Amino acid sequence: MEYVIELRNITKVFPGIIANDDITLKVKKGEIHALLGENGAGKSTLMSVLFGLYKPEKGSIYIKGKEAHITNPNDANRYGIGMVHQHFKLVHNFTVLENVILGVETVKNGTLVMAEARRKVLDLSKRYNLFIEPDHLISDISVGMQQRVEILKMLYKNNDILIFDEPTAVLTPQEIDELMKIMKELISEGKTIIFITHKLNEIKAVADRVSILRKGKLIDTVDVASSTKESLSEMMVGRKVLLEVNKTPAEPKEVIMEVSHLSMKSKHHGKDSVNDVSFKVRRGEILCIAGIEGNGQTDLVYGITGLQKLSGGKILYKGVDLATKSIRYRSLNKISHIPEDRHKHGLVLDYNLAENLILQTYFTDKFQKFGFLNFKNIYDHADKMIQRFDIRSGSGSHSVTRSMSGGNQQKAILARELDINPDLLIAVQPTRGLDVGAIEYIHKTLIEQRDAGKAVLLVSLELSEVMSVSDRILVIYEGELVGEVDPTKITQQELGLYMSGSKREKVE
Amino acid sequence: MKKFLMNAGVQKIFAALLAILFGLAFGVVILFISSFFISKASYPLDALYTIVTGGLRFSGLKGLGIIMRFMSPILLTGLSVGFAFKTGLFNIGASGQFVIGGFVAAYICIKWTFIPLEYLWIVGILGAVIAGGIVGLISGLLKAYRNVNEVISAIMLNYISMITVSNLVSIIADKNNPSRTSPPLSRIPTLGLDKIFGNNTTDISIFIAILVAILIYIILERTTFGYELKACGYNRNAARYAGINDRLGITLSMTIAGALAGLGGAMVYISSITKVFDSLLTLAPEGFDGISVALLGMSNPLGIIFSAAFIAALKNAGPALSRSGFNEEVVKIMTAVIIYASAFSLIFREKLVQFFTKKGAKK
Repeated sequence: MEYVIELRNITKVFPGIIANDDITLKVKKGEIHALLGENGAGKSTLMSVLFGLYKPEKGSIYIKGKEAHITNPNDANRYGIGMVHQHFKLVHNFTVLENVILGVETVKNGTLVMAEARRKVLDLSKRYNLFIEPDHLISDISVGMQQRVEILKMLYKNNDILIFDEPTAVLTPQEIDELMKIMKELISEGKTIIFITHKLNEIKAVADRVSILRKGKLIDTVDVASSTKESLSEMMVGRKVLLEVNKTPAEPKEVIMEVSHLSMKSKHHGKDSVNDVSFKVRRGEILCIAGIEGNGQTDLVYGITGLQKLSGGKILYKGVDLATKSIRYRSLNKISHIPEDRHKHGLVLDYNLAENLILQTYFTDKFQKFGFLNFKNIYDHADKMIQRFDIRSGSGSHSVTRSMSGGNQQKAILARELDINPDLLIAVQPTRGLDVGAIEYIHKTLIEQRDAGKAVLLVSLELSEVMSVSDRILVIYEGELVGEVDPTKITQQELGLYMSGSKREKVE
Repeated sequence: MKKFLMNAGVQKIFAALLAILFGLAFGVVILFISSFFISKASYPLDALYTIVTGGLRFSGLKGLGIIMRFMSPILLTGLSVGFAFKTGLFNIGASGQFVIGGFVAAYICIKWTFIPLEYLWIVGILGAVIAGGIVGLISGLLKAYRNVNEVISAIMLNYISMITVSNLVSIIADKNNPSRTSPPLSRIPTLGLDKIFGNNTTDISIFIAILVAILIYIILERTTFGYELKACGYNRNAARYAGINDRLGITLSMTIAGALAGLGGAMVYISSITKVFDSLLTLAPEGFDGISVALLGMSNPLGIIFSAAFIAALKNAGPALSRSGFNEEVVKIMTAVIIYASAFSLIFREKLVQFFTKKGAKK
């Protein structure tokens, strides 16, 4: 059997880490080959090697049986390899058509000729059921549509090996279904797809074979049909993982925070990014704010946590309006915040672990005297936290946090935020980019907090997380709350309709 | 042994030494090439010897005394730049803060004769610290509240300071004595150091500078204040998230950086170096030397003490070099190469780590 792509014994080393360790990957023609692995397992590095972005220390690449020398993306393109990146590479104020032809423009007498390109784009769109309008501006179309433009770009260049890098992260459930259909369509037309993901459901839904990477090594390549989700996740993480979240029904107690008529001005345009939002959070419940990325949840959290000024409304927390209170006031009054972007807000990456663990408490008597830091207590405290939360790093409390893995960085933040024994825990995308093992741990911790009578406000884009962890769901769409639902009485599909704005009801 | 070599601090020192070696080697190449064109030149390696020891060319302690004297201003401007680096800012305005500080110190020591002369230098130094701090404060406020890049505002302030001083200098000068300096009694005291080192410019400024360096080290590494400032510098967003007033932090960082450079100005203009204010409208070179010193010292206040001594010695070697037939400018080229090399210190460090880990792996 001839393979369309063979990566033989690829080794790629970065200072201090072996990203790919002697990986041999064979992809058959006309299959959807999934690449499964935790963050940092080496999936993206491997694909970057194939795409010519990295030069491997060892190993060779064979395309259609012949050795290929790929040193840059243009070479990859010549071999028919195209890639849809996680973050799209589109020019926002160009039309769809202009984006598609970018770099491969047809020129006649020094001027652009669009007519032929337009015909080809429309043909392709029809053939693969992409439903693309060539004259719409990228900035006006949905994220799902933008992704189709990326796919169309590859088809326009006659690529027949298509790499999808975590394509579903930004999509609604409906859009994910559509994408799966398109992928199958592409296969039936003789294309080959490599599908990078860490979501097991999607692999079960579309992939033919799956290669599992762990810590830079290829664990195995197996047929999807003959493997279970449990066995795949075990291979990915290296141990048994609980995929279901175990929890008892919530027992909500008194209201701890009441947000009323809250509005936030957008930083990017004059309009409000959050518009007249009101809700209550109770002790002993996990309230989830669900929505597709960019519908105002970030600004809403900035407002509640004090990172940005409100343009209107009130936040009553234990009877005090937080609108004019400082961030320090919030943390002293037991509001914890696990931020959305752990590198931007959560950690000072150049500080070591111990220094990061006292980011909100360095001024307390425990850690300083007359303005001088008490390093003994600081490192003792860090050692305790490391033990309690099982934070793993190269050199313990002295590790620079930049060098730690994403999961352990998140554990460090979690440790710090839980250490102040919060009454209200605001967790924004706490499991983003984490592997199954770390996700399991964080979900367990959130539920423990709830059971201890704390209020948890969870903001998440991850549908499975929203459905399994929360006790009550508020859906946010374009800065407004469009529905309040009970996760036990709603399907993912129905929730998706709320999230995409196709369904809405008044929220008290 | 391996653990010792993997220590970040040790690696930094190694990298700095490598940079210096690289610069010296480059200098030898230049000396070698130029020795073909200069008839009375001595051998390049002799010239290198002159450069390395040139700062100490006088018999006894005199050379050391001169280096001590000349390193204190650039030690302080180096601290100014290094402190700003540590708190995430680039203080390219040390030159302007330096000249303003020096001018205010000179003004106080010449004009404020109502204060007893023997205490006047203390007031002068305080004035310089405040004046330099105010210049830094302007950049800090603009950065914190208006998000104006501190490099841009500081470069502008360099020129504003220079021209302001050259216009105001007539206040302290008089017709008969256009290059008037502060009266000897009001200068930074020598406490007999001039006798010990046999050189009348050696005074206690070096001890002040070293003391300040140690103080800055303690502030940065041991206090909650330093912890806050560094947090703002490394990651402004995270500092704000943690409830630290990031705007105040940035403003204070720039003010302290300015005060340090201002103090450096006092070290020159109310001392027995008797430097006069330049009417040629050139930016004070001590400010830019500070960038070199900070880079070579890896922004560590204690490292900066040594890098300032090294750069001062190297600069001091220039005249000696010209006596052995070579062009004095070779020293400047070497300094520049060293600075470039230390700016690449990250690469040096990486290579060092690779070298040692490979060696370790073979064992």
